[in-house]
Amino acid sequence: MNGVHDMGGMDGFGKVEAEPNEPVFHAEWEARVLAMVRAMGAAGAFNIDTSRFYRETIPPHVYLSSSYYKKWFLGLEEMLIEKGYLTREDVAAGHAVHPAKALKHGRLERDDVERTMVRGKFARPAPAPAKFGIGDRVRAKNIHPATHTRLPRYVRGHVGVVELNHGCHVFPDSAAMELGENPQWLYTVVFEGRDLWGADGDPTLKVSIDAFEPYLDPA
Amino acid sequence: MSEHHHHHDHDHSELSETELRVRALETILTEKGYVEPAALDAIIQAYETRIGPHNGARVVAKAWSDPAFKKALLEDGSKAIGTLGHVSRVGDHLVVVENTPQRHNMVVCTLCSCYPWEMLGLPPVWYKAAPYRSRAVKDPRGVLADFGVAVPKDIEIRVWDSTAETRFLVLPMRPEGTDGWSEERLAGLVTRDSMIGTGFPGSPS
Repeated sequence: MNGVHDMGGMDGFGKVEAEPNEPVFHAEWEARVLAMVRAMGAAGAFNIDTSRFYRETIPPHVYLSSSYYKKWFLGLEEMLIEKGYLTREDVAAGHAVHPAKALKHGRLERDDVERTMVRGKFARPAPAPAKFGIGDRVRAKNIHPATHTRLPRYVRGHVGVVELNHGCHVFPDSAAMELGENPQWLYTVVFEGRDLWGADGDPTLKVSIDAFEPYLDPA
Repeated sequence: MSEHHHHHDHDHSELSETELRVRALETILTEKGYVEPAALDAIIQAYETRIGPHNGARVVAKAWSDPAFKKALLEDGSKAIGTLGHVSRVGDHLVVVENTPQRHNMVVCTLCSCYPWEMLGLPPVWYKAAPYRSRAVKDPRGVLADFGVAVPKDIEIRVWDSTAETRFLVLPMRPEGTDGWSEERLAGLVTRDSMIGTGFPGSPS
C-alpha cells in the first residue's frame, strides 16, 4: 500500500537526532509491547508480514505522531481483534470477556523463549528456476498494490542491476494477506543514485533494495 | 522543557494512557491463556542483557584479525558467524558488507525498522524514525553530517535498504595504529554506528 510508512526519499522530517547513551527501552510498557508481539508471533497468532501490514494500516496522522512501540501496540491490538483472538468488548472491559481462540502453536512458555530468540528461516525450496542472473538489468515494476508489498515507491519504474541472488524466500505480499508463503526468488538490485533522484542527485550514490522476482521485469 | 523532552514524540499524558492500555492488553492476553508473563519477562531480559552490539563487535574484531574468517564472513555471513560458538544466535540471512577505501556502506530500512538484532541488539530510536528512514537513500551524506561524520567526496556511498528478511552488517575498516592488538582489544573500538555505517570505529589513541 502507498502509505506513509514508505518513507524513502520524502523530505521535511528534519535532522537525524541520536540520543547519547540511549536505553534499550524508554519505558517499561515498551518492553511489554515488544515481548507480547514476540510471544504472540511465536504462538502462531500472526506472521511477521501480517504484523508489518497492520502497522502500515494505522491512519497516517496517527502513524506519524506515534512513537515506535506505540505503533507496535496499535498494530498488535487491532490485528488480534481482526484475527479473532480478542474482541472489542475484551478491550473495553480490560479483561477477558469472551472465550479464547486456539493458538496455532500454543502459548509460548518460559522454557521455550530461548528457541524464539533465533531468527526465523525464510528460505524455501525453489518452485521454478530463477528468471534473472547476476549482472542482469531489471526494471522495478510500476505497481501500486493497495495491500502489503516490500517494493518501495522510490524505485518503481527505475532500472537497476542484479547484484546478489539470495535464493527463494517467503513472499511477503502473499504471506501478509494470509494467502500462503508463495516462495519467490529474492535478489539484491542496485540502482544509481541519479537514476532515482535525478541530475541533482549525489553522483557517488548507489542504493540497493532486496527485490522479489514478481517486482521485476527484464530491462 | 529540556532538550530531551522537546524531541520526544509523546507527552506524559499520552504515555500514561498508553501504559494503561498496554497493561490492560497484557491482562487480557494472560487471562485468555495466550501469554505467560514469565515468558515475557525472559524475552525482555534477553534484549536488555545479552543481545547487543557487543555481539557484532566480536565478529568485526575477528574479521580484522583472521583473514580466513573475514573471507568466509563476506561470502556467507550467517554460516561464518555460526562457526563461532559464542555468537550462535544469528539467523540464516545475514549479509556482511565491507567498507573499503573506495566504498562506504550504510544500512537502512525505509519501510519499517529491519535491523540485524542478533548482531546489534534492538535498533536505536533514530534508526526507526522518519528523518533517517526518509533521507538515508536520497541524501546519505547529509545524514552522515547529522552524525558529525564525513566521507570523502570521491568515495562511493552504497546504501542497503533492508526490504526483505536479509539483514546487513557493515564491516568497517580496521583503524590504523592497531597492529598486534588482540581481538578483545579491537572489539572495544567497534561502535554500533560503525556497523550500521553511520559512524566509524573508535581511534586507538
